[in-house]
Amino acid sequence: MHGCTRRAFMKGGALSLLGVGAGLGGVPRFLVRAAHARETGPRAKVLIAVFQRGAVDGLSMVVPHGDPEYYAARGGNAIPRPAPDNADSTLDLDGFFGLHPALAPMRPLWDARRLAVVHACGSPDTTRSHFDAQDYMESGTPGVKSTADGWLARGLQSTSRPGASPFRAVAIGPRLPRALRGEAGAVAMNSIADFDVKSDAGPVMPGAVNARRGFESLYEGGVRDLFYGTGRETFEAVKMLRNASPQGLAPAHGAQYPRGRFGESLRQIAQLIRADVGLEVAFADTGGWDTHAAQGAERGQLANRLTDFAQGLAALDRDLGDRMADVVVLTMSEFGRTVRENGNRGTDHGHATAMLVLGGPVRGGKVHGRWPGLRRDQLFEGRDLAVTTDFRDLFTEVAQRHLAIPAEAPLFPGFAAKSGGYPGELV
Amino acid sequence: MRRLSLGLTWVLVAGGLAACSSGASVPGIREGAPPRAAAAPPATTPADPAARYRVTLAPSPLTPEQQIVHVLDRLGYGPRPGEVERVRAAGLTAWIERQLEPGRIPDGAVERALAVFPVLPLTAAELHRDYPQPRPQDVQRFQGGQMTREEMREVFPPERRPAVITAQLQAAKLTRAVLSERQLQEVMVDFWLNHFNVYAQKGPVRWMVPDYERQALRPHALGRFRDLVAATAQHPAMLYFLDNWLSTREDFTLPPARGGRKLGLNENYARELMELHTLGVDGGYTQGDVVEVARCFTGWTIDRPQEGGGFLFRPNTHDRGEKRVLGTVIPAGGGQGDGLAVIDLLVRHPSTARFISSKLVRRFVSDEPPPALVERAARTFRAADGDIRAVLVTIFSAPEFLSAAAHHAKVKTPLEVVASAARVLGARLDSPADTATPGRAAVAGGGAVLARQVAALGEPLYEAQPPTGHPDVADAWVSAGALLSRMNFALALAHNRLPGARVDLAPLLESVDRRQPAQVLERLFAVVLRGQVSSDTRRVLIAQLESPEIVRATADDRGPRNTDVEKLTALVLGSPEFQRR
Repeated sequence: MHGCTRRAFMKGGALSLLGVGAGLGGVPRFLVRAAHARETGPRAKVLIAVFQRGAVDGLSMVVPHGDPEYYAARGGNAIPRPAPDNADSTLDLDGFFGLHPALAPMRPLWDARRLAVVHACGSPDTTRSHFDAQDYMESGTPGVKSTADGWLARGLQSTSRPGASPFRAVAIGPRLPRALRGEAGAVAMNSIADFDVKSDAGPVMPGAVNARRGFESLYEGGVRDLFYGTGRETFEAVKMLRNASPQGLAPAHGAQYPRGRFGESLRQIAQLIRADVGLEVAFADTGGWDTHAAQGAERGQLANRLTDFAQGLAALDRDLGDRMADVVVLTMSEFGRTVRENGNRGTDHGHATAMLVLGGPVRGGKVHGRWPGLRRDQLFEGRDLAVTTDFRDLFTEVAQRHLAIPAEAPLFPGFAAKSGGYPGELV
Repeated sequence: MRRLSLGLTWVLVAGGLAACSSGASVPGIREGAPPRAAAAPPATTPADPAARYRVTLAPSPLTPEQQIVHVLDRLGYGPRPGEVERVRAAGLTAWIERQLEPGRIPDGAVERALAVFPVLPLTAAELHRDYPQPRPQDVQRFQGGQMTREEMREVFPPERRPAVITAQLQAAKLTRAVLSERQLQEVMVDFWLNHFNVYAQKGPVRWMVPDYERQALRPHALGRFRDLVAATAQHPAMLYFLDNWLSTREDFTLPPARGGRKLGLNENYARELMELHTLGVDGGYTQGDVVEVARCFTGWTIDRPQEGGGFLFRPNTHDRGEKRVLGTVIPAGGGQGDGLAVIDLLVRHPSTARFISSKLVRRFVSDEPPPALVERAARTFRAADGDIRAVLVTIFSAPEFLSAAAHHAKVKTPLEVVASAARVLGARLDSPADTATPGRAAVAGGGAVLARQVAALGEPLYEAQPPTGHPDVADAWVSAGALLSRMNFALALAHNRLPGARVDLAPLLESVDRRQPAQVLERLFAVVLRGQVSSDTRRVLIAQLESPEIVRATADDRGPRNTDVEKLTALVLGSPEFQRR
């Protein structure tokens, strides 16, 4: 950082940041526009966190085709070298990295410099347990299991204010993900349409109990435990949603979400953003990344998952249009996969993976992070891509710059994000 | 418990275990004797002379009625109408001891109810025959528009589609939870199904799951832990779900006729066997152990997985070399025995005793298992060589089990809340034929409709994708959306809007004057919550009665001031109290 610290940036305010840009000797300030928009635009910033559960193979998602070891190590799972006339080959980004061909729907985002990649990103903890690694990435405390709340919840708590929308934080799905559990409060919903108390379908009889009011009273009293706390948030949210009625908003600009749970999640997140319900953090899951067998290369199992992933994110971008100026999508996965193919044309649990950051405020068009190399002696424990960017450095950058989470907020207890931190190549 | 059935009685007294300092000895088991053959005279007069497992309930601050409801809620899916009274008459201890021996409990009603699910007794091969995948050429013609929907239905009738298998399994599970007298057995089958989770939607797993539950889990649900591990390790459903069927020695190459491709190790099962099934993630194994265990299980595969074949050991894909697992050498040339040696090593490891005990204590006592009880249960686990019933006896006999801290401390899972609501209202489950809509006969009926509610509450049965299964602590499943789903379920059930799950409130409200809403409410508190109602809930619902909306203001065919009993019932079912057990 050559003597220029993050704190100095923050003190200098957004306008001095704007002046920085790429001019600061390659300092990857990929969220400069966010700082600007925050001071000029009235609308809240939105972070959409996408968790690829099961450990996505970062080496197939963002292919290091320029690494001489890649094709030798990968065998049948390797994605073919970039070839302009072959739609099934790696989509070159910068001569060294390229996107999996199934990510073609996201290529325009890269070209518009609204998509950045952070490669060799992951956790300092070495567990290869899905459960533990997901837990650590969501609690934000690798190696510490006793942490009660999630990193996003802590961030929201630090900027909470009286009268805030119950929809500040929303997860699409039946359960609140670990990252959003905590004092800040968050809503989990399967779908917008189902998010209400369904009274009788028929005409309301005189004298019929208003079930919604009854349940609301039941849950608004009581001490703040799991139920009462959840209940209060629930009914505030129900009321607000009924007024905003986002479910009527059809995808705009011809956006077509892929069928399935992930596309459906993103479609509904877009509806909430467009209906101005006060959303600041949204969380969506996508599964099926645990490709131990028959992973496939340019086609196949992983390619199908990536197609769904890319079509969903591209549709979100299209649907939101100008609103993407306020939106950052951050993708994450608990770890990566072994560099070598296993005995079943699949890959086993590894270490570092690739994470994507996209949206209007992103200074994209660049693959960030130090590339550790794929030679055996460069690999973590001789088998996995090494971690060169701690996920907490990346998440801190996004939370502080995009959501204006103050630097003193305990996003990642016990961890000091590197000064000027994102994503490691600064120091 | 083959040896114990020779008329021997085995006494496990939890209080004694607490005082026991040696980790390896249990009162009632002689030092040096094989634990399962040990015997001791009964310490107390048996409540049921035929019972082979003795439970001695600890002194409890709970009232006798609270204790009964607590036990019905924890060992089963909650009380049915009249059940608290029946258990009181039989004696709570005797009821628990009977539950530990489900084979001695007649269960004709549920057997008759299950007869309408043809998939249950079938093997995987029979299921492939009866519920085949559509022929690719038909799918192609259908998608290409050369075949109408009606023609497709003819060659691929809805009631013979593969999805029917899972739907019937789900319906059967609800049927058992609601109707079976063998409540503890059903709770434990569910516990192990989640512990040894397989995902029905992965490849051909769905055709394997009925056999998996029937053969690998159900017979051992209250048996020995080793048998569960061995049975799941060799079952095609697990071999497929965690990819072990593909794992071969590192230097194995397919014959040229089959492509000549080099295969090798797959670590998936080896890792989850230690992390999730036995030792626990902090159980003391390393990445090196994962590789060694994977080597031991090479050759454990499936004979024609796509056609319903069974377990097969392929010697030529097995790694014959020496392995070293958790510091123990497994000599070269052990063949199929390598995997069994690993299983023996793992199930007898102290970490396994602790991990399994801690999960059982979490299920039966508290989301935060009391460490002292986990320690005692783990000691029993080791001393009794993984006899699950012995561990349960330690837990049920513990002061922690009937403590004030444990009372209502657990939040019901989606399955528990749906099953307990149906039970407490005495819901009748129609068989699929009674509620059939044309073409969907195989997935209709009371069990199926309740199973869909469980899915809507967030935990679709047999369809947990991660190998961890559904989470076992409440903060994972209490969310805004899930809470609304619970309220909507309560409304739908009380209003008889779930076709096939029929509720008749009249018997519950017998001798209550429906024109007196306060009386109706008190009865519902007594029947649904067994009187365990907080002052807040009581105050709120009584205040609701004051509102002009609560009773029908005008005369209708049910007379003046006829209380809206369905909605009141729904409010009580959807109250915070009913979400707990």
